[in-house]
Amino acid sequence: MLSIADTSFSSRLFVGTGKFASSSIMRQAVEASGSEMVTVALRRVDLENPADDIMTALDLTKIHFLPNTSGARNAEEAIRLAHLARAASGTSWLKLEVTPDPRTLLPDPVDTLKATEELVREGFTVLPYINADPILALRLQDAGAAAVMPLASPIGTNQGIRTTMQVEIIIAQARVPVVLDAGIGAPSHAAQAMEMGADAVLVNTALAVAGDPVRMARAFKAAVEAGREAFEAGLGRQSKTASASSPLSGMLTADLNFIQA
Amino acid sequence: MQIILNGQQKNLDHNITLSTLLDSLNLQPDTMVAEINGRIIKPGSYPQLELKDGDKVELIRFVGGG
Repeated sequence: MLSIADTSFSSRLFVGTGKFASSSIMRQAVEASGSEMVTVALRRVDLENPADDIMTALDLTKIHFLPNTSGARNAEEAIRLAHLARAASGTSWLKLEVTPDPRTLLPDPVDTLKATEELVREGFTVLPYINADPILALRLQDAGAAAVMPLASPIGTNQGIRTTMQVEIIIAQARVPVVLDAGIGAPSHAAQAMEMGADAVLVNTALAVAGDPVRMARAFKAAVEAGREAFEAGLGRQSKTASASSPLSGMLTADLNFIQA
Repeated sequence: MQIILNGQQKNLDHNITLSTLLDSLNLQPDTMVAEINGRIIKPGSYPQLELKDGDKVELIRFVGGG
């Protein structure tokens, strides 16, 4: 079972709650996904629409709540958002995101490390979103991060795992859970991540923009379970030459004996 | 008097408390957080907290996000 900072999760699928057409579809998709960890963002209250409240749309007795620091462009802004998130929710869990460039949304490694060090000192459970950099993952782990969240490809691109080699190294080295985040666009990508040995995946856009987000959530649930099962079962080795699956002896026709040659 | 509420200027009567402001905006205090001039305000002190001219008030809550 997945365990992060002494909390156990029976689902290895984390779900983001952004971009859904309505909070009712979001709630149904989260439920169908079986996820026990959902991310949320902090924004100014829409004073024209004060009743629009995501907290009432989620069953927080079943679901862990992971506020993110999206919108933060540096460590200082991320730390401010972390304090606000803790005040608003009572949870000290945090998905740390520091993205200085809104065009690429790629995370700033230096300020992510700086903010992680500070927030760990303040007692936060920090899950930093990072580029797939194995050295940075180790530095964050040493700084007290509860997990690392390397990107598969840039946020919202649905491009799947474009960082395979680096993610493999991160998984091989990490002592904390590795949650593959961002860019996972199809259930096959999620299954691939789990087969590689990722501890969990986080999916948002792929669900929110799907034709039927609730069915897509079910598909991701199945894919994550299949991929994890395959990883635990132990995948067979790849080979460059063919190797018959059927017996090569007792052939019915002499003509086929060339196979044994 | 005038405050800056979520980045917008807003005219208010004098001696209005944060609780009264939230009531007038139909906001439930339990699912949001208030920051005044960069300081987070504890919910328990909303009824006593009188807003002052020029205060920068941020009312923040969770929204969908990844």
